[in-house]
Amino acid sequence: MASPVEQFKLKSLVPLEVGGIDLSYTTSALWMTITVIGVAAFLTLSMRGGRLVPGRWQSMAEMSYEFIANMVRENVGSEGRQYFPFVLTLFLFILFGNLMGMIPYAYTFTSQIIVTFAMAFTIFLAVTVIGLYRHGLHFFTLFFPSGTPIALAPVLIPIEVISYFVRPVSLSVRLFANMMAGHTMMKVFGGFAVLMGILGVAPVLLLVALTGFEILVAVLQAYVFAMLTCMYLNDAIHLH
Amino acid sequence: MELESAKMIGAGLAVIALAGVGVGIGNIFSSLVSSIARNPAARGEVFGIGILGFALTEAIALFALLVSFLILFT
Repeated sequence: MASPVEQFKLKSLVPLEVGGIDLSYTTSALWMTITVIGVAAFLTLSMRGGRLVPGRWQSMAEMSYEFIANMVRENVGSEGRQYFPFVLTLFLFILFGNLMGMIPYAYTFTSQIIVTFAMAFTIFLAVTVIGLYRHGLHFFTLFFPSGTPIALAPVLIPIEVISYFVRPVSLSVRLFANMMAGHTMMKVFGGFAVLMGILGVAPVLLLVALTGFEILVAVLQAYVFAMLTCMYLNDAIHLH
Repeated sequence: MELESAKMIGAGLAVIALAGVGVGIGNIFSSLVSSIARNPAARGEVFGIGILGFALTEAIALFALLVSFLILFT
């Protein structure tokens, strides 16, 4: 039987190589394209009527908008409004990517560490630049909150600096590991169902419950990613 | 000891961390239940924070799992 991690293997659909760099259009890229088209279609088609009393689709689009708008307002405050489009895009991209990955035989692009790391590192860079731009050198008080006894500095500053620079890693690994572990687990239970013959009904029943749990995790991780982005933005805008 | 068996043992040892995560998740939900029991009106607000804490703690479990995968498959 195939190894449970084989599902994450990239297949290149359109081989392309520019100057020794492999730029092939892979299954991961295909699903990212589908996700972008899906999100765009979801938002534009459901809002096409623009009725005062929303229908089912329109209220779904409005709810996701309101959800993120509230999140940004509560966590970042009114200065965060200009970053709202970014957070909404990020949230919907990850949410649709995670949920589409739950379709059998679909490819979950968030289970690739490079995809999540690219997003997390972009956020990290952007937050640092925003903080430096808004506060100048004052930004570095983020590592040493005011009012702390000076004797604590040698302990506190290294801890704060490390926890700041670990952010892109923890943010990306959290999403990636959740997706990878979930899909691996489902594959392992699927393998049990095949191996156990008639008794395989039990793992299949468990698999149904696991699928529900994975859908919950898919939504939750998109939420957590957007939420942490808001918190990082809040740190950069308001310092401590 | 052969490398292959050492890897297997190492991967097993790496997921001992799950014990701590189990304690953590249990802790989160026990406090969630008791806070909702004390003040049912706060349910909506507290539930969101609880779920956030659950997701952050669960991620630690997956870091351990990731280490064990790294040992097994590389």
